[in-house]
Amino acid sequence: MVMLLGGCNLRVLDPQGTVGEQQRDLIILSIIFMLIIVLVVFILLTYFLVKYREREGHRGYDPDIDGSVKLEVVWTVVPIIIVTILSVPTVYTIFNIEEVPEANTEEEEPLVIHATSANWKWIFSYPEEDIETVNYINIPAERPVLFRLTSADSMASFWVPQLGGQRYNMAGMQTELYLQAGEEGTYYGRNANFTGEGFAEMRFDVNAIDETEFNEWVTDVQEEAPQLTQETYDQFMVPGHVEEYTFSGTHLEWVDHALDPEYALEARARQGYEPIHPHASEAPDDVPTWDIDVDTDVTERQESYIEENQESDSHHHHH
Amino acid sequence: MRMDNKIDPKELEDFPDEERPLEYQTETGSLNIFGFWMFLGAEIVLFSALFGTYFVLIFRTDSSVLPTELFDMGLVLAMTFTLLTSSFTSGLAINEMRLGNARRMMIWIGITLVLGLGFLGMEIYEFVEFASEGATLATSAFWSAFFLLLGTHGVHVAMGVAWFIIILIQIKMRGLNPVTANKTFIASLYWHFLDVIWIFIFTGVYLLRLVIA
Amino acid sequence: MDPAWDEFIITGEPFILAGQIAILVTTIGIIFILTYFKKWKWLWNEWITTPDHRKIGIMYIIASLLMMIRAGVDAMMMRTQLAAPNMPFLGEAQHYNEIFTTHGTIMIIFVATPFLIGLMNVAVPLQIGARDVAFPFVNNLSFWTFFWGAMLFNISFVIGGAPDAGWSAYMPLASNDLSMGPGQNFYLLGLQISGIGTLATGINLVTTIIKMRAKGMTLMRMPMFTWTTLITSLIIIGSFPILTVALAMQTFDRLWDAAFFTLQDGGMPMMWVNLFWLWGHPEVYIVILPAFGIFSEIITTFARKRLFGYTSMVFAIAAISGLSFLVWVHHFFTMGAGPMVNSFFSISTMAIAVPTGVKIFNWLATLHRGRIRFNVPMVWALGFIPNFTIGGVTGVMLAMAAADYQYHNTYFLVSHFHYVLIAGTIFGCFAGTIYWWPKMFGVKLNERLGHWVFWLFMIGFNVTFFPQYFLGLDGMPRRIYTYFPEDGWFSLNFLSTVGAYMMGFAFVLLVYNMYYSYRYEKRETSGDAWGGRTLEWATSSAIPPHYNFAQIPEVKDQDAFWQMKQEGVDPNGVEEYQDVHMPNHSGNPFVMCVFMFIGGFGLVFHWWTIGIIGALGIFACMIQRSFSRDDGHIVSAEEVRKEEAEIREGQANENG
Repeated sequence: MVMLLGGCNLRVLDPQGTVGEQQRDLIILSIIFMLIIVLVVFILLTYFLVKYREREGHRGYDPDIDGSVKLEVVWTVVPIIIVTILSVPTVYTIFNIEEVPEANTEEEEPLVIHATSANWKWIFSYPEEDIETVNYINIPAERPVLFRLTSADSMASFWVPQLGGQRYNMAGMQTELYLQAGEEGTYYGRNANFTGEGFAEMRFDVNAIDETEFNEWVTDVQEEAPQLTQETYDQFMVPGHVEEYTFSGTHLEWVDHALDPEYALEARARQGYEPIHPHASEAPDDVPTWDIDVDTDVTERQESYIEENQESDSHHHHH
Repeated sequence: MRMDNKIDPKELEDFPDEERPLEYQTETGSLNIFGFWMFLGAEIVLFSALFGTYFVLIFRTDSSVLPTELFDMGLVLAMTFTLLTSSFTSGLAINEMRLGNARRMMIWIGITLVLGLGFLGMEIYEFVEFASEGATLATSAFWSAFFLLLGTHGVHVAMGVAWFIIILIQIKMRGLNPVTANKTFIASLYWHFLDVIWIFIFTGVYLLRLVIA
Repeated sequence: MDPAWDEFIITGEPFILAGQIAILVTTIGIIFILTYFKKWKWLWNEWITTPDHRKIGIMYIIASLLMMIRAGVDAMMMRTQLAAPNMPFLGEAQHYNEIFTTHGTIMIIFVATPFLIGLMNVAVPLQIGARDVAFPFVNNLSFWTFFWGAMLFNISFVIGGAPDAGWSAYMPLASNDLSMGPGQNFYLLGLQISGIGTLATGINLVTTIIKMRAKGMTLMRMPMFTWTTLITSLIIIGSFPILTVALAMQTFDRLWDAAFFTLQDGGMPMMWVNLFWLWGHPEVYIVILPAFGIFSEIITTFARKRLFGYTSMVFAIAAISGLSFLVWVHHFFTMGAGPMVNSFFSISTMAIAVPTGVKIFNWLATLHRGRIRFNVPMVWALGFIPNFTIGGVTGVMLAMAAADYQYHNTYFLVSHFHYVLIAGTIFGCFAGTIYWWPKMFGVKLNERLGHWVFWLFMIGFNVTFFPQYFLGLDGMPRRIYTYFPEDGWFSLNFLSTVGAYMMGFAFVLLVYNMYYSYRYEKRETSGDAWGGRTLEWATSSAIPPHYNFAQIPEVKDQDAFWQMKQEGVDPNGVEEYQDVHMPNHSGNPFVMCVFMFIGGFGLVFHWWTIGIIGALGIFACMIQRSFSRDDGHIVSAEEVRKEEAEIREGQANENG
């Protein structure tokens, strides 16, 4: 099994950042302990079954043994010891991953990104940079990122397996998660908590890029990308899929879903959306992919920007 | 290693036992009482969950009408007094039952019934008042929790009233015997339990509101 | 709500159409057979209205097996859909979502729980030397609430649409805003109705075990299955009311616009998660502890040895049941409750490994110096030990919150809970059914077929679920209806599907074995089919007479019947027969539960009139019951003597 673990490039066991690495170490440690326990049980079981199976020349039958205080104390105390041994690194890691990971970049403060889930898409706001992306994020490699998580509607779970464990996004609540990418590359991120019809495809790319490249990208977006308006934003509140989008400005200017859990439902109403019985004849077979109407005078610039962005995106897909 | 606990041989003796009170005289009757205590255990868990919910949602009034604006402590005191008295009268009924006085027992049950109905009337009046002031089950999380907790208690009281009526009819028809005595005893256990729950509602829901805003 | 006709009866889905036809054909078939063979009266008198714990137990087991077929077909469809990336098998996500929701809900609520309750019904009164449970009428009522609750839940997939928010029905996903239609209402009302029965069973069994044990059976002489039943029943009493409240609140949210868990009006979705798991975690132990008890019975019987560390076993179950109420947060470590809270629940969860470990090693030590026979119940019990250990240790891994952030919501978790629920609960249900089969039907299941079933099922189970640990570690989340080729999850998923088909085949073989053995196997002649140790094997005939024991045996040891055999005491050597007091049949519970079904169905579609009709029917039944004089009936000493004599004569003929 150890060979199997080592042989596969399982995403969780192949982390690319300090948070994920701590979790991997904890997992490996627990696997070792657990393998020992499994082995002891398997060996004892096999041995007893072979030795005491009913057969010619069976020996040692004693039907009246009803226990042994000594032995029972042993197998009460040993598990207690194992649990204690495992508790220490567990608690340590639980506390440690709530701390800011170490930065290896010029900018040492963590980058703050608000990650908001909405059926079935991811909306990312960079409040300090005043930009917003949908269904992808760019982050500087080696700089810690603080994700402030919330949801516009159903409860989702923000997860980038190669960077670290997940955390829930909940409407009317804000949770926080520190992550850090040690290497440049594109990482698979997704919603891990079931949210209905569009759940399986509710994924996003995390592009960890060089710090200077990141700063350039931010400036580009600030200058070139269309301004996010509430009217544009409300379209994202309608359940469905969307492609990747990029905006200047963030939706935090008019709503923080962590403080206003009703916003998405109101926005749907404004958009004229009515939920449909999933078995109604007019219900669509597949989850629709909406084309968001980016209603600004900078639409043209946005189009050229998207092309550019896609180029640079594919450029990062080499990982 | 074995623990050979001695068992009280009395526990295992066959019923019926004339020495015991009427409601315990048959084996079925005795089992019913034990089973009912178990049921009350489950009821305690049920009400704990409702109280827990209520306290979690206690500040979630969501800009609706506030409980402090609506709670009428005079009415609540009257309700409390009524229900507490009814618990006492149901206890008197059981006392008369033990003395074998069916007629007096029925009178006390009747008084208990009237008090129970009075309590229900006041509660319904309170709910109607609240609704007219804009506080209903659908108003906000707080009011949902309030109405579910008090409503569940109220429905229990209504069930208790119906139960006592049925038992009264049966005593009238069949007289006081181990079966009807057993039913009366259990119904009165239930009634006392509802009284205890009300004391928690009185303190946890109403009195507490005098302290916190 | 006034659904259009095409929303009421689900149309346009090939699999659902097949289901509709199957239901229609089966129903017509059953009606035809019952009418043709004139069995309606028999069915009503012998089964539907029976207060007999053994018959009620059998009905529980049959109904659970039927439910297992339904949920098993769901599982097959899920595995087929996931066999390869972008599978078009089920077409779209909605269908898959409904299937995994019903699979999980049915397996937990309508298979695991009632299956074990069925086995308790069959065995526990016999094990403690009682003639029936404390409240036979309530026992019948419990069964029918379960049955009609399950029916209400199950018709959802042909009428109105199945629930699709997962078996845990998290809010706000399960709210009206995000889950339109009646599907989720079926879940809420179906579970509510069957939950009443489970609670009643809990109360019933506690009373039975505490008050009705045979003379001399102290608590510390009770068979281990009785012990686990007692503790399980206490957990039921302590946890099911929480489910009742949570379901009621979600029902109010959906039907009457309350705001407990909604996005609007200050509702708190997190509270649903907490309440659900406050019930849900104890529920896990409700379905595992009785299985532990079954394994203890079987291992001691076939190792032919006293249970090692009886006292520590009892304390271990008690410890597990206590801890089961203190670990619910580990189902949502990722909610971000803070490092202190997560640390506490990590440690409390890992602590469960201690008593569980004690049990595993006590079982192993019971094998030590035994004389082990590998009969089919025993191989299931032996298969349980290693497989459950794998489930247990991965449970400890999941308990470590910091690591859990990586396992949560993935196939690692899916694999873990299938390792404990299948290797624990399902193995236990199968083992118990096969073990007590002669007690129920007077015949053993065929051993050769039985071994085939075990090996196919056990290997299939490992082929299905072991790869899923790796899929989880590779980032595959649960509940996705498809994945993409570039995810790299194809080969392990395919393997998993192959294993699922093996398990499915094994199950079919098990059911076939039931038929085969009924037709061809030799009837049991004595009450002691396996060389048993506890009182259920001390009855005068293979299928116990309806009064169980002509004379209640006196218990002098922990393995009462074993001790009698050692000392040459015949538990059925009765000198003077006595009158036996037995409960009466009643059709009231069945009718009452039909009204529950009708009322529940009305509420699902907001048809208030039907709801009120249901409620009035329930009250009418309650009042009828209260006024009926039901003191049971007396089986005279003479009748008992005659029946016992007949049994002896029959045995003499068989043997002679």
